[in-house]
Amino acid sequence: MVSNQIMFILFSAMIIVFSILTVTSRKILRAAVYLLFVLVSTSGLYFMLNYQFLAAVQLTLYAGGIVVLIIFSILLTSHISQNFESSGWKKNIFSAIAALTGAILAIITILEYGFTASTEAAQQVDMRLIGKSLLSVDYDGYVLPFEVISILLLAAMVAAIVIAKKGAPKKIVLPKLNQE
Amino acid sequence: MNSGIPIQYFLILATLMFFTGVYGFLTRRNLITILMSVELILNSVNINFLAFNRYLYPHKLEGMFFSLFIIAVAAAEAAVAIAIIINIYRRFATINVEEVNEMKF
Amino acid sequence: MINFSYTIWIPLLPFLMFLLLGLAGHKLKPKLSGLLGTGGLGLITILSYVTAFKYFFTSEKVDGAYQKIIASNFTWLQFTDKLHIDIGVLLDPISVMMLVVITTVSFMVHIYSLGYMKGEKGFERFFAFLSLFSFSMLGLVLATNIFQMYIFWELVGVSSFLLIGFYYQKPSAVRASKKAFIVTRFADLGFLIGILILSFNTKTFDFITLTDPMGTAIAQGGGIAFLGLSVMTWSMIFVFMGGVGKSAMFPFHIWLPDAMEGPTPVSALIHAATMVVAGVYLVARMFPIYALSAPVALNVVAYVGAFSSLFAAVIACTQTDIKRVLAYSTISQIGYMMLALGVSGYGGHEGLGYMASMFHLFTHAMFKALLFLGAGAIIHAVHSNYMTEMGGLRKYLPITHITFLIACLTIAGIPPLSGFFSKDEILAAAFHSNKLLFAVEYAVAGLTAFYMFRLYFSVFWGKDTHYSHEPHEAPATMTIPLIILAVGSVVTGFIPFNKLVTSDGKIFESELELMIAIPSVLIGLLGIGIAYIMYRKESAVPDKLAATFKYSYKWAYNKFYMDELYLFITKKIIFRYIAEPVAWFDRHVVDATMNAIATVTQGVSYRIRGFQSGQLQKYAFVFITGAIMLSILFIYLWK
Repeated sequence: MVSNQIMFILFSAMIIVFSILTVTSRKILRAAVYLLFVLVSTSGLYFMLNYQFLAAVQLTLYAGGIVVLIIFSILLTSHISQNFESSGWKKNIFSAIAALTGAILAIITILEYGFTASTEAAQQVDMRLIGKSLLSVDYDGYVLPFEVISILLLAAMVAAIVIAKKGAPKKIVLPKLNQE
Repeated sequence: MNSGIPIQYFLILATLMFFTGVYGFLTRRNLITILMSVELILNSVNINFLAFNRYLYPHKLEGMFFSLFIIAVAAAEAAVAIAIIINIYRRFATINVEEVNEMKF
Repeated sequence: MINFSYTIWIPLLPFLMFLLLGLAGHKLKPKLSGLLGTGGLGLITILSYVTAFKYFFTSEKVDGAYQKIIASNFTWLQFTDKLHIDIGVLLDPISVMMLVVITTVSFMVHIYSLGYMKGEKGFERFFAFLSLFSFSMLGLVLATNIFQMYIFWELVGVSSFLLIGFYYQKPSAVRASKKAFIVTRFADLGFLIGILILSFNTKTFDFITLTDPMGTAIAQGGGIAFLGLSVMTWSMIFVFMGGVGKSAMFPFHIWLPDAMEGPTPVSALIHAATMVVAGVYLVARMFPIYALSAPVALNVVAYVGAFSSLFAAVIACTQTDIKRVLAYSTISQIGYMMLALGVSGYGGHEGLGYMASMFHLFTHAMFKALLFLGAGAIIHAVHSNYMTEMGGLRKYLPITHITFLIACLTIAGIPPLSGFFSKDEILAAAFHSNKLLFAVEYAVAGLTAFYMFRLYFSVFWGKDTHYSHEPHEAPATMTIPLIILAVGSVVTGFIPFNKLVTSDGKIFESELELMIAIPSVLIGLLGIGIAYIMYRKESAVPDKLAATFKYSYKWAYNKFYMDELYLFITKKIIFRYIAEPVAWFDRHVVDATMNAIATVTQGVSYRIRGFQSGQLQKYAFVFITGAIMLSILFIYLWK
């Protein structure tokens, strides 16, 4: 199982490094690309866990859909090479402290809790099973969430169109408001 | 199979990713980078669910389906968020989150 | 059993007139409102006479005593099943007598005011207030329980305030009405304390229960003692304090001379005949308790009455404003009534003083109202209040002259006018009980004759003043009441009060004691004679006398500096040492606390408004931090 471990280490290293780069990079487009790498590594992790379908969905939707969407919006709303002045150091320090505290708390909790791995036989997850579960009305069927998700996607689509349309000419460019 | 990797490793990885996303959410000034941090958070949760499913309940599928639905919801939410960001850009001519603060005292 | 339930209309009708004239008066023509007020009063005068006739001559007597009849009574406020305040009508000899007095005098004053107040702004308001006063006074005398009497007592005070301050644009009138109200209100504090002590110990407010000589109330109170006097004595002294205020006895007399700022009909009605006798009525109403259970309080009543009458009589000898002379005369005569009650006993011939007091109240109402209304006619003719500016008016005002003379003779106690009979009974009662007080009152009788005739001669004889415009006699609406009252002064002396109004309701025999009567007539004639010498013609004798007794004259002329003393006490002592610190405390401590609460709240809210900063990341930060802290709390610290 060494290869498993090596792959795990590789993927997790990529995830951690690239996610840190995403949140600290100055240039936006680079941040978007780093995000892409994070998502791809995650999907690799999923492959490792034997969830092939989910990994494929991850690649398709996240890496292919959402990142593209983000890049579009970056182009629509700012210059690619625009640099923001960094925020005040106070905000950074406090956020870092909060994040670190949370992380330490979570890690300590995880390590203290004794997880016992289950000894049941693993379920082979193949497409037929997924398909059946998604449409089954049994106790462990997922048809209701499936339908709800489809309505949610419809609503999101409509909402996005309505919010972002150019609409009535109430385009007011406000003067910059004074900071306190 | 993952007999070589204890579950805690996955969980700790997910934790680190989560809090990286939190840090990014609290620190960044561009609205879109905030959105990207939110995606990081959602992904970390996904990893958590799948790890639990594989290690603690291998005979069931709930974790996987939950992750599937999380991905779907994340996609919807990203779409609506970007629509809002575009609207904000039109109104305020900036997407600096510190300048979009009219809902205050 | 005769049905007296119609008597509820006797106070109610003026109340309705008050509401009508008060609310709609300015829409009616003045003459109509005057006629409405007068008509209402005329109606209840007739009703009162009918009631009196039925009560005294046809009602049943038990053991030969007139019964107290409750004509109507309803429970107004019920607090517990024992404690309740009723409003009702009680008929007994003194209340029926007072009904006759009040309605007659009020009716005369109403007719007089039709002429006197004609053309004045506020004519309807005047009649509305007169009706309000009549209602209050009637409610007072018809009260079935002491609390109802207190309620109407205060109402009478309010009506008096409204009427004294009738010319509200004159600052002196406003001051006078304030003074009257405040002084009587202060005295009413004593009254209230007395009521509370009394009813706490006897567990009832009702007059019939309280004053039943065989009942438990009177016996009960004698037991408990406090500082050497029984509880009943204390309560009766406090109740009397209320009477002192309302009846203008020393030391609460200061408001009555100033109350002459009101129009003259008001002075006639309120401050001569009806309101000021409310104190006497109160003592008479509670008389069984005073006589049988609190004799010390009765002594206090007698001495206060005697002192007041002497005090006022001396001051009256020096005053030049005719209304003020009459005001002091009223104080003096009420002193007589209080004295008579004070020296009286209970039952049969012992109760001579009681009967004499009520008799004097009756006759005094007539002749004092007559004097005031006559003074009003004089003022109306001459447009001045001061004796020094008048003289020789007998040629111009014949009717006023004759009626005024009759009144002066009555008050001086010359037979066969009514004043002689009533004053003689008082002197007889005093003689048999307390020789010192008899001597005081005897002297006051002489002084009374002197100052009244000083007034009479200065106004109607004296020097022949030249008037800027010829004084003319008053119109008929003003002279007819004068004539009626003069007739009343003459004939009421012959009413046999000893058969009608006595301390226990039974008849007792009394006859004229010549040993007392003759000296009293003599001293009256002496007073008249001295006044005749000094004032009939213009002469220098009065001024020379005043110069000789410079200090006594100055003190008497300035009313013994009582007003200055009161002002000193209130301004220099009460205001400076009590009122001002309290006001400072209120402004700087109480208000400051409230302001501090507001300021602190405002400051805190200004500081914490930063929480609503509108910045997304601050909100998220707080959110995350809170979640982390809660999870630490619940996972690790919650054992």
